[in-house]
Amino acid sequence: MTTPRERLEAVGNQIPPLIALIVLWMLLWGEFSWLNLLVGLVVGIVVTVAFYLVPVQLSGRLHPLDAVVFFVRLILDIVRASIDVSWLAVKPRLVTSNAILAIRLRTRSDLILTWTAVATSIVPGSIVVDIDRESSILYLHVLNMQSARDIESFRRRVLAAERRIVRGFGSREDVERLRGVRPVDRRAQRMNGKEPS
Amino acid sequence: MSAVLHDMLTAILVLAGAAMCLAAGIGLIRFPDVLSRLHAATKPQIFGLMTVTADVAINNFSVGTVTLVVAIVVFQALTAPMAAHLVGRAAYETEHLRPDLLIVDELRDRRAAR
Repeated sequence: MTTPRERLEAVGNQIPPLIALIVLWMLLWGEFSWLNLLVGLVVGIVVTVAFYLVPVQLSGRLHPLDAVVFFVRLILDIVRASIDVSWLAVKPRLVTSNAILAIRLRTRSDLILTWTAVATSIVPGSIVVDIDRESSILYLHVLNMQSARDIESFRRRVLAAERRIVRGFGSREDVERLRGVRPVDRRAQRMNGKEPS
Repeated sequence: MSAVLHDMLTAILVLAGAAMCLAAGIGLIRFPDVLSRLHAATKPQIFGLMTVTADVAINNFSVGTVTLVVAIVVFQALTAPMAAHLVGRAAYETEHLRPDLLIVDELRDRRAAR
């Protein structure tokens, strides 16, 4: 049994993906015209209905400035890490020493978890091997980790990426969690390394 | 002057893209196991693609090309990690990896603890 309010919310959750599909349609045609908007809307509705996805809980909050910070930082990271990985590939003495790390994120939202996973694995040098959704743990395969110090700095980088994403797109609750739990975070970070279960 | 600058920018962008693709190819051969090869195969290529498409957008500057370039880069950026994840996960689950190359394996530790 769904109340009208719930039904309205479910429809509301479909709207941002629909807008994204319309924008994509117009990007592919390369022009922004009313005809394209209309056709994009029709195609978007057909796609949303035909390929129904599990409804994603959107956070309903967007901080444009922080979002820009996140994207700029992401592109800089990609550039820097691409050069690192390329250098690693061509440098004369090849020493491979990798690591699979478990990194516990602080968010409880599927969307932020996915975004963080994509954002960290698009930056060269790390691949998501597995995700534990219940406890928000990312298992990442990381290239070229020589020492415990490298590992620590990598962990901090991922957590910083999560923080930027939450600031840009996360729910108020997630932002509070970032802010309020910071002292505990340090402990969680340390525990991240050698937590048995 | 502006033409020289334009040519230089083009050359830098295309050569950077080519160098990234070359490095990806070399890495694919030199890296020792599936998981590290995945890094070489999927990642420097994204930056290479970004520079080459940026060059196309600069040389044929119109709304159509710029939007198409944005769409190409966004989709490449969204799909490459997924492909890498699926291959990486399959490789891990079927134990196509070399544990001697890993200094830490917290996924195995976590599974062993269960």
